[in-house]
Amino acid sequence: MSAQQMTAQLKSEARLTRPDDIYQVLIDAHRDLTPEQSQAFNSRLVLLLANHIGDDEVIAESVEAARKGL
Amino acid sequence: MSEGTAATDFTYQPSPDQSAATPVRHPVVIIGAGPVGLAAALDLAQRGRKVVVLDDDNTVSTGSRAICWSKRALEIMDRLSVGDALVEKGVTWQKGKVFFGEEQLYAFDLLPEEGHRMPAFINLQQYHFEAFTVREVLKHPEIDLRWNNRLVGVDNREDGVTLTIETPDGEYSLVADYMLAADGARSATRRLLGLDFKGQIFKDRFLIADVIMKADFPTERWFWFDPPFNKGQSALLHKQPDDVWRIDLQLGWDADPEEERKPENVIPRLKAMLGNDVDFELEWVSVYTFQCRRLEKFRHGRIFFIGDSAHQVSPFGARGANSGLQDIDNLAWKLDLVLDGKAPESLLASYHDERAFAADENILNSTRSTDFITPKSDASRAFRDAVLDLARDHGFARRLVNSGRLSLPSTYSDSGLNSPDSPGFIGAMIPGAPCVDAPVTLDGKDTWLLHHLGGDFCALYFARETETAESLAQLRDNLAALEMPVKLVAVFPPGTTAPAGALTDRDHLADARYDSRPGTFYLIRPDQHVTARWRQADPQAIRGALQRALGKGPASAEADAEKEGTAA
Ligand SMILES: Cc1cc2nc3c(=O)[nH]c(=O)nc-3n(C[C@H](O)[C@H](O)[C@H](O)COP(=O)(O)OP(=O)(O)OC[C@H]3O[C@@H](n4cnc5c(N)ncnc54)[C@H](O)[C@@H]3O)c2cc1C
Repeated sequence: MSAQQMTAQLKSEARLTRPDDIYQVLIDAHRDLTPEQSQAFNSRLVLLLANHIGDDEVIAESVEAARKGL
Repeated sequence: MSEGTAATDFTYQPSPDQSAATPVRHPVVIIGAGPVGLAAALDLAQRGRKVVVLDDDNTVSTGSRAICWSKRALEIMDRLSVGDALVEKGVTWQKGKVFFGEEQLYAFDLLPEEGHRMPAFINLQQYHFEAFTVREVLKHPEIDLRWNNRLVGVDNREDGVTLTIETPDGEYSLVADYMLAADGARSATRRLLGLDFKGQIFKDRFLIADVIMKADFPTERWFWFDPPFNKGQSALLHKQPDDVWRIDLQLGWDADPEEERKPENVIPRLKAMLGNDVDFELEWVSVYTFQCRRLEKFRHGRIFFIGDSAHQVSPFGARGANSGLQDIDNLAWKLDLVLDGKAPESLLASYHDERAFAADENILNSTRSTDFITPKSDASRAFRDAVLDLARDHGFARRLVNSGRLSLPSTYSDSGLNSPDSPGFIGAMIPGAPCVDAPVTLDGKDTWLLHHLGGDFCALYFARETETAESLAQLRDNLAALEMPVKLVAVFPPGTTAPAGALTDRDHLADARYDSRPGTFYLIRPDQHVTARWRQADPQAIRGALQRALGKGPASAEADAEKEGTAA
């Protein structure tokens, strides 16, 4: 598979109509949470979104993109 | 002794081999009379092979070991004439529940489908399984079962294997054309050959208790995450015959196994689980740490590793003994044909290919379950807990809860013995798949499809509308005249008159499960795995597929040529 095909599934262009609002929703959701609770929250959110996306390839590409540089 | 019980203790008897001047040669020697070694002996004996079985002990297995026997394992044992005794004594179950804290997360049903002779699972103590199997073994004069015979030396040569065996009367030697190492997870054969057993050990401890009590819990597999009686850990409750219950309590890595095993520590734990007013007795208690690992190669020259000596898994999923029985199902017919000179050595190479593939599947599943039950990192624990929390309200998360993915037979989809699939089929019965059962009738009497498939190569043939007794007899003769005789198993739709000896598809289930049309033809291996199928049987194609299934396919022919090349 070519590099272009590899990244064809995950949409990287801006898709949120109000990006700043969504960003704030994510940050606010962690308010008053202990680091452990934050991790629990993030894990739940990832699972909910992964299931909603329901596409193995998109998920695999997201994982790869998120791992980059770590 | 009644039908329902079988002897569990046996006596050592010296064999004339022990006083022979030169080591006596046997075609097949099996090391280990556990479930796998015993089943291997039965399978070979049913094929008329003489086998010697050596075991270092003189009893069946002791302690808390296998309890769950899968449908496929029971089908194999049924072919070996032990299936009925196992099912009759065992506790049949197919349902389970998974709890989180005090709440039930979900319930499952493993075999919601009717029309299979064998249940999805039975629970039966490993010692009962072995006792019934020994009872059958003792009926076969071909099997020479020698208790208190410990393998202490192996010389694996190109022309045979020399074994050194220790007995109460001292040491003696035997020579084997082929040796099957069924000597378990701590295999002496593996150690004597200096072979690595690689994999991972899970940093956790489990208290496994077999408890005798009269209780009216249902015959379901109950699994708890973080129950109130074992905070932060998991637990399992499962029924066995004779009012024995299997209880697993996760203890964590820091638990002291010596302390935890003591009745004064076990009893309060069990009372917390079962309630103060339940009377129980401890049959057996042990503390286990689990691992998943396998040998790199299941065959070393004339030595074959079968069962736990070849691969070991954590018990979540009941994939240990169940997969070991599939090993022997796979190997026995191949070894028999090679010993008879009816198939080339290359057929034996397919044992490793097919069963190592299956072992990897089992190890993958067991490792995933164990990682879910015992998360290896903080992140892994966070995800695990997130799954459990979400499972209350979200259906998708219930599918992610993993307390064991229960043993299913492997489909050898990549096997070199298969022929390419024909176009136009749907369903699970692809080349490499284990045949599924269906209720059929023979001469008006109810019977099961799997009873007619296997043992030898078979042709599962769905009759055409124009079929006559004569056309069928012609096909039967043609199949019997092939280089390897193929037994015709013809199936007619319900409502038609099947000629004598042909089956009727009583409930249309064979048709549905095999996606048949009139004329559909499946070539089935002696271990009841599909190896080729066609919409129309073409003698040329059948001959070719049979060749491949005997290890004479293009891939194996090349491998043989290569071997000869290097040997020259
Ligand atoms: C707690 C627990 C629960 C389990 N639950 C299940 C389950 O529900 N379902 C399932 O399928 N599996 C289960 N298993 C796994 C199952 O017990 C094993 O997979 C099974 O026993 C393997 O059978 P085997 O014949 O390969 O080896 P074993 O049963 O270990 O038999 C090996 C035999 O070889 C003999 N032997 C050893 N060394 C020598 C020697 N040097 N010379 C001669 N003989 C020798 C031994 O005495 C023994 O009889 C469980 C295991 C455990 C520990």
